[in-house]
Amino acid sequence: MKQQLQHYRKKTMADADFCSAQLQDLLPLYYKRFFPFGRFFKWLNYGGVKKNYFQRREFSFTLKDDIYVRYQSFQSANEMEKEVHKAIPYKMDIGAVFSHRPNQRHCVKPSAFQAQEKELVFDIDMTDYDDVRTCCKLADICANCWPLMTFAIRVIDRALREDFGFKHRLWVYSGRRGVHCWVCDETARELSQAARSSIAEYLSVIKGGEGSIKKVNLSDPVHPSIQESLKLMKNDFEDYALVKQDFLGNEKKREKVLALMPDDLRTDMRSDFSSLTNSVNCWDRLKSCTQAKRAPDKWRHVHEEVMLQFCYPRLDVNVSKGVNHLLKSPFCVHPKTGRVCVPIDLNKVEDFDPFNVPTISQLCWELDHLPEVVDAQAVQVTEEGQKRRRKDYKKTSLAAAIRVFDSFLEDLEASWRGRLLRESDLKNEF
Amino acid sequence: MMFLHFFVFIPFHSHFTIFCFPVLKAVESFGMCHTKWSEKYQKKMEDELKKANLPYRDLMHVSDNDLELRRKDHISHFILRLAYCQSENLRRWFLQQEADLFRYRFSQQLSGSVRKFLDLNDLHYTSILPNEKVELKTQLINSTFGMKELFDTQDFYKVPFTDALDLVRGRKIFLRHGLAYIPHNDLVSIVLNDFRTSLSRALAVTARGLPVIQEDERLQPLLKHLSYAYIGQDYSVQKNVGNISLDQLDSLATRSFPLCMRSLHYALRDQHHLRHGGRLQYGLFLKGLGLSLEQALTFWRTEFARGSIDPEKFEKGYAYNIRHAYGKEGKRTDYTPYSCMKIIQTNTPGPGDHHGCPFRHTDADLLRQRLQSHRLSSSEINQVMEYVKGMHYQLACQKYFEFTHKVEDGAFGLSHPNQYFEESQKLLSGGQHAKRENSGEVQKPVVAPVTMPQSSHPAQSSESQSTQLSASQVEEQELLEECFANGVVLRFVKGTVELG
Ligand code: SF4
Ligand SMILES: [Zn+2]
Repeated sequence: MKQQLQHYRKKTMADADFCSAQLQDLLPLYYKRFFPFGRFFKWLNYGGVKKNYFQRREFSFTLKDDIYVRYQSFQSANEMEKEVHKAIPYKMDIGAVFSHRPNQRHCVKPSAFQAQEKELVFDIDMTDYDDVRTCCKLADICANCWPLMTFAIRVIDRALREDFGFKHRLWVYSGRRGVHCWVCDETARELSQAARSSIAEYLSVIKGGEGSIKKVNLSDPVHPSIQESLKLMKNDFEDYALVKQDFLGNEKKREKVLALMPDDLRTDMRSDFSSLTNSVNCWDRLKSCTQAKRAPDKWRHVHEEVMLQFCYPRLDVNVSKGVNHLLKSPFCVHPKTGRVCVPIDLNKVEDFDPFNVPTISQLCWELDHLPEVVDAQAVQVTEEGQKRRRKDYKKTSLAAAIRVFDSFLEDLEASWRGRLLRESDLKNEF
Repeated sequence: MMFLHFFVFIPFHSHFTIFCFPVLKAVESFGMCHTKWSEKYQKKMEDELKKANLPYRDLMHVSDNDLELRRKDHISHFILRLAYCQSENLRRWFLQQEADLFRYRFSQQLSGSVRKFLDLNDLHYTSILPNEKVELKTQLINSTFGMKELFDTQDFYKVPFTDALDLVRGRKIFLRHGLAYIPHNDLVSIVLNDFRTSLSRALAVTARGLPVIQEDERLQPLLKHLSYAYIGQDYSVQKNVGNISLDQLDSLATRSFPLCMRSLHYALRDQHHLRHGGRLQYGLFLKGLGLSLEQALTFWRTEFARGSIDPEKFEKGYAYNIRHAYGKEGKRTDYTPYSCMKIIQTNTPGPGDHHGCPFRHTDADLLRQRLQSHRLSSSEINQVMEYVKGMHYQLACQKYFEFTHKVEDGAFGLSHPNQYFEESQKLLSGGQHAKRENSGEVQKPVVAPVTMPQSSHPAQSSESQSTQLSASQVEEQELLEECFANGVVLRFVKGTVELG
C-alpha cells in the first residue's frame, strides 16, 4: 500500500508539473480546498488574549499582474476566506498588529495609526550565499547547496530556544530558495525595534559587505553561543563542504579560502595544497596545522572562521528589525515555482527536501485522482458526508505539512490556555 | 497632587545655555579622535570635566554649593533638550554624547555612590547564587573578554535580555533562556540602557510640545543657533534643486563625491542594481545634491533598466520608495541625507551590500588598493591608513579629501557626505560658484563658535535626570519635564532659576 502511494506520488510529480500560467486557474481551487483558514485564524488570534488582535492585523495581497494591495484586515476567519476567494491573491503577506484596524485607518489621525506588535521574524535567502556556493547562483538551488538552509535552521533555532528562551518557533519554506522563521511567543511579539535588531546582530557572525573579504573574526575566548553553533555544524560540514561543494577542489576555489588566512599561514598552506589532490586532504592539512601545539595564536581559529564564513546562517537583518515589515504568509503558493510555503518539521530538518514540497498543480491533480487509488480512506470520509470537502487535504501530500502546523498550534494553545485560566481565576475571586 | 504654579527664569544672554556646549562638544571630539574608553580617552574626559568642575563624583557628601552647580547643569540640559529634539539627526547626536558622558561619569563613581545611585533610582539587581556561578563558570568566562582573571572577584546579575540590549548586540555576555548574565563591571551598560530609553522618550515628548515653545521669538533663534553650532547643517532642506543634471553625475562622482558615494555610484553603474541600504544611502545623498524627484526617478529607472528590471517592474517595486524618501508617500516625512556618523554607526553592510563608509567597512587591503587606484602616493596612503587604524574614519576621509584636492588642512570638520561634496565643489570652482551654491546659510564649520565662559561658576555639563539624588532635584526635573510635555509656555526673565 505504502509503496503504491510512493509510486503514485512520483507519477504525479511528472504529470502535474507546474507552469505559472496555470496559477490563475488553480488558485481558486487551492484557496477553496487547501488553504487552512481556520487554523490560520487560530494562530493569529492567539486565543483572543489581546483584544481584536486578529482584526488589527495587516495583511497585504499581491494580485495578478503584480498589483499590490496593503492594509487589508479581517473580522474573522470567515471574512478572510470570503475576501481571499474574491481577490484570489497570488501572494499574501502578514504584517504587524496595529493600534487600529488597518482597513479603517482613514478614520483615525495618521499619527495615531501605529504598528504595535509582530512576531519576530527571520528571512534566510540562498542568494546571500552566492559568494560561497559553487553549484548555483541567484534563485537556483540544488541538493548540493540546500544543506546551508539546514545549518541555518539548526543554528538559529537553537539560539532562539536556548539563548533567548523562545518556545514557539515556526519554520517555513519560502517556496523557492530560502526559509522563514516566525517566533510567536508573546514576549517576542512585543519586542521593540531596538531589541529585534540586537537579537539579529547577536545572531549575525558574518559581518561586512562587498568591501571585506574576511567576514568572520573570532576572538579568544569564543562566545559559548558560537561554540554551540560550531558544534551543530561540525558533523555535517565535511559532507557538505568537502563532498557536495568540493570547496577546495581546484585552485580557484582554494584561493578563496586562502584569502581568509593570515599571511604566514597562507604561504604555508598554498604550497601544501599544491601537492594535495582533493578537498578532504587539504582540509585535514589545514586543521592539523592550525591545531598543532606550536601553532601561533592567530592561527588557532582559522579553520573555524572558514567554516563559519562558508556555512553560518546569513540573516537579512532589515527584515527582522522592523515591527512593520511584511513577510510572506505560510501556506501561500510561490508564484514562480508553484510550491506551497509549508512549515518545516523541526524534528526532521535534515530530511526536508525542497524538491519534494508539493506544488499547487500536484495537489489539484491529487485531489482529482487520489480517492480512486486509496479506496479505504475514501469510504471513511464519504460517510461523514458534509465534512468531506473540508478534509480534502488529508488525502493529499499537503497532509504532512498541516500536521506540522497542528503540532505548532497545539503548543501555542497551551500557552494561552494557561493564561486565560489564570485570568478567569482572578476574576472569580472578586 | 498639589496644584503647582511655576515660572522658570532663565537669563536670556547668560552663560547658562552655553555652559553645556563645550563639554558635549568635547565628548564628541574625544570619541572621534581616540578609541572610546581607551586610557587616553578617559584622561581627556577627566581633564575636561575637571575644567568644568562637575560636582557629581561623590554622591555621599553633597554640599549646598554642589546643589547650586547641579541645578544650573540641569537647566542647561533641559535647554539643550529643547534645541536637540527638533530632528532625528539632532536627537541622535545629543543622545550619543549624553550617553557617552553618562557612561564615563558612572564609571568614575565610588562603589558606595553606585549603590546609592541604584537605590535612589529604583534599580534593583540581585546577584546569582554561588552554585549557579560555579555551574556556569566556563560559559561565563568565555562570554566576556578578559573575564578569566576577574572571575573570582566578580558578582554576576541576572536580568531579562531586553534590559541589556547593547551587551546582547555585541555578544558580550552569557545568555540563557532569555536571561542575560551581567558581570558587575558591565552593570553600567544596563543603567545606560535605561538612561538612553528615558532620555529618548523625553526628547520625543519634548518635540511634541515644541510648536508652542517656538512661538516665543526670543527663544527660537537661540535654539536654532544651539543646534546648528553643534552638528553642522543637517541637509534636511533641499537646496539648489535642479542645479545638477544627470549626465554630470559621472564626472562629479570622480571629482567631488566622498568615497562612500563614489563606490555606490560605480557599483550601481556596474551592476545596474543596489540593495536597499545602498539605495537609501545614495538616493538621499543625491537628493541632498539637489536632484529633483523627477530626476531621481529617471536616474534610477534608467540604470535599473540596464539590468534586469524593466520600467514596469521598477514602477511597482522601487518608485514608491523613492517617492517615499522625498516625502511624497506614506507618512510624508521628508528623509534627511545620512550623516557620516549615521553611516558609520548604523546599518552595517552585509554580503552583497555596497553601502557604509569605506574607511570603516572595507578591509584594509582593499581600501589600500582603492586609494592607490585613485592615485594616492604610498606615503599618502599610509597617512590615511594610520587614521583608519586608530578608528578615526572621518579624519581619514578628510585626509583623503586633502590629498585628492591638493590642499593642506581642509579647514572644515567633516561630518556629512554632502558637506564633503560642497567643500569639494567650492575648491574646484575656485570659489566662484561658492557663493551661489551656498546662498542661504553658509555651511558652518562643525567646530562650535562658542567659547567657554569665564565666569566664577565654571561651565557645567548637562546631566540626565537619572543622576539626580536629592528629592527636590528630582522634583525639579519632573516639573520641567511635565512643563515641556504639556507645552506650557516658559517665561524668560533675566535672573536665576526659581521654581515654586
Ligand atoms: S567619512 Fe563620511 S563622507 Fe567620508 S566616506 Fe565615510 S561616510 Fe562617506
Ligand atoms: Zn546548488
